[in-house]
Amino acid sequence: MGMRKVAVIGAGMTKFVRRAQETPKELSWEAARMALESCELTMDDIQAVCMGTAPDAFDGVHMKGEYLSDGAGAWRKPYLRAFVGGGTGVFTPIQGWYHVASGLFDVVLLVCEEKMSSFYPHAQAAFVTIFDHTTERPLKPNLLWIFAIEMNRYMTAYGINKKDIARVAVQHKQNAANHPCAMLGEADITVDDVLNSEVLAWPVQRLDVSPVSDGAVAIILAAEHVARRLTSKPVWIEGVGWNLDTAYWTNRDLAYPRYVEYAARQAYEMAGIQEPRKEIHIAEPYDPFDYKVLHHLEGLGLAERGKAVDLYLNGTAAPDGDMPVCPSGGLLGVGNPIAAAGLMKIAELFWQLRGEAGARQVPGSPKKGIAQAWGDLMQVGTVVIMGR
Amino acid sequence: MTARIKNFPGVSLSEKDFEEGKILFVHDELKADYAWDTGIGIGAYLAGLKRGVILGVRCGHCRKIVVPPRTVCEWCFHPMDEYVPVKDTGMVNTFSLCYVTWDVKRITEPEIPAVIALDGASALSETSVIMGGIMHKLGEVEPKQVKIGTRVQAVWKPESEREGAITDILYFKPI
Amino acid sequence: MTLLEHTKNAPQAWSGNLPVTSRYTYGLAGERFFRAMKDEGKIMGSYCPKCDHTYVPATVFCERCLGELSEWVDVGLVGELHTFTVLFVDCDGNPLEEPELVGLITFGDGGIIHRLEADPDELEIGMPMEAVLKPKAKRKGSILDIEGFRAVSK
Repeated sequence: MGMRKVAVIGAGMTKFVRRAQETPKELSWEAARMALESCELTMDDIQAVCMGTAPDAFDGVHMKGEYLSDGAGAWRKPYLRAFVGGGTGVFTPIQGWYHVASGLFDVVLLVCEEKMSSFYPHAQAAFVTIFDHTTERPLKPNLLWIFAIEMNRYMTAYGINKKDIARVAVQHKQNAANHPCAMLGEADITVDDVLNSEVLAWPVQRLDVSPVSDGAVAIILAAEHVARRLTSKPVWIEGVGWNLDTAYWTNRDLAYPRYVEYAARQAYEMAGIQEPRKEIHIAEPYDPFDYKVLHHLEGLGLAERGKAVDLYLNGTAAPDGDMPVCPSGGLLGVGNPIAAAGLMKIAELFWQLRGEAGARQVPGSPKKGIAQAWGDLMQVGTVVIMGR
Repeated sequence: MTARIKNFPGVSLSEKDFEEGKILFVHDELKADYAWDTGIGIGAYLAGLKRGVILGVRCGHCRKIVVPPRTVCEWCFHPMDEYVPVKDTGMVNTFSLCYVTWDVKRITEPEIPAVIALDGASALSETSVIMGGIMHKLGEVEPKQVKIGTRVQAVWKPESEREGAITDILYFKPI
Repeated sequence: MTLLEHTKNAPQAWSGNLPVTSRYTYGLAGERFFRAMKDEGKIMGSYCPKCDHTYVPATVFCERCLGELSEWVDVGLVGELHTFTVLFVDCDGNPLEEPELVGLITFGDGGIIHRLEADPDELEIGMPMEAVLKPKAKRKGSILDIEGFRAVSK
């Protein structure tokens, strides 16, 4: 396609916490500085900055892109905020990728930040603003409705039970016990803990859901000729894809995420992947709710429709399985500062593929990984494939 | 890299830190009041609800009927052709029993939000991934009795109380 | 046929709001900056030796090099009037009974936007202006701990 190869060469992240003292700017700075230090670059080396951050309502700052610019290192540089709701965290590296692949820039810093605790008393209430103001908001909807009814549709369409789906939450929270930035890592959690947790919006229970969180993640992308000078272990962005379905979410079947499939097909084609289930070694699908992982694994073509749960039941998805899923611990375990959580998945693939993931390192020298996020009004899919 | 980093940044606070004034903070709110124009499609929809009719819209090009009305068909990008009254009956496509309000207050009697696939609009099938469904709530039903596939009908406000709003339908109840 | 006409008798508009309520922490820099103002009556800046730049209000990082700023400096209460405006309407566009003065007072390489307690005819850009602090007992750790800026008495 006449495009240049692009590598991830550095990454940094803050802890994901329920209430951070840092301002959103300061969180962005902490992650950005760490990413620079990780590959021994300075701001003089950075040619452009991409910022990803989700709805302004969470941080409570209108025009958040502009507000966050100093902490992200945007001073006197080309700078743009990307935004596709929850899909933002995996879209930002796509934006960074075309900045570099196009030849426009050689080195780009990406920062994703969210400070949901600023919404007070509870960030959940911010979601009322995502529904249609005239035809839906008068019913006083909350975000759980939409997830719960999608989960119910998915479970009913394929005959999947809650006990099996709970295995996802258990696996991810156990994985997160090994992540130094995790909020909800729990090595000893059981399926019964999930099934006995508070029912919020049946079929969704407390432990089926990722937590409200604060945090930031940053990564650095470089063109091939720069990456090869700076590191012996570049991790390449081999494929990207993004796609969206109708925002009239009640006009489509919620049982299957077609938009994820289309985004994945785009990414697989670019990466030259023909048999994803054989060629993808690690998957980091978006997991704000446990059933969403299954939904997304199916959309990514990594499982048959309605069969993704088998990957958890037969151990394939475990850290030592054939295709570890969310070895980071995911949003369910590490936390869900929305855009930052998506970019955390890219950082995880970077660390895993370099063999630097510490206690979380999956065995077998994985070569290819896929990260995916999902957003807007449940209809955006963003996909990145990375390899070494 | 994570293996080498010992100290990750991020200062975690507890609710107590706020209560006891250990840190400085300030409360504020966004002042954002709106009058959103209803526009052509939704204007017609609301006028229909006031009359006790649920209006859909038909695309003559790809022959879909969807609710609520809009002026362009996003699937084939042709202008929509005409308003079509759909029935006020339908099928529960999916639902939840929700024990939390929009602003996170706990309730003991669950609200029952649902997607209702309306009769007379496009339906999901082997060849169609599009349906004329709307989000509303279910009522006059024992929560545990609700099933996907349950047939339901709209319960309307008395005509004199309707104002041209989605809440002119109080809820849908099983037939 | 296409749908181009508004339906007769359709409601013109739907009214509502965005209910966004927030609790903001002051952050690492804000905590220290406003404690110094509240407890010691000081305006603090932070200095980046690499970029030779003094941020006021103080920050914990330099936005130019992203280095951490550990050198905090008391910049005093007297800054320079960089520019000002006279407000005749409030934020909703309603006329004010008394016009209000708002100015940017520079300190170091930064500055503070605040109200001016002055006669507009006596203001000159470049003149020194002094922060008027509330009495210590009334200070809460807020930008409103400064009541405003006034000309330095000769």
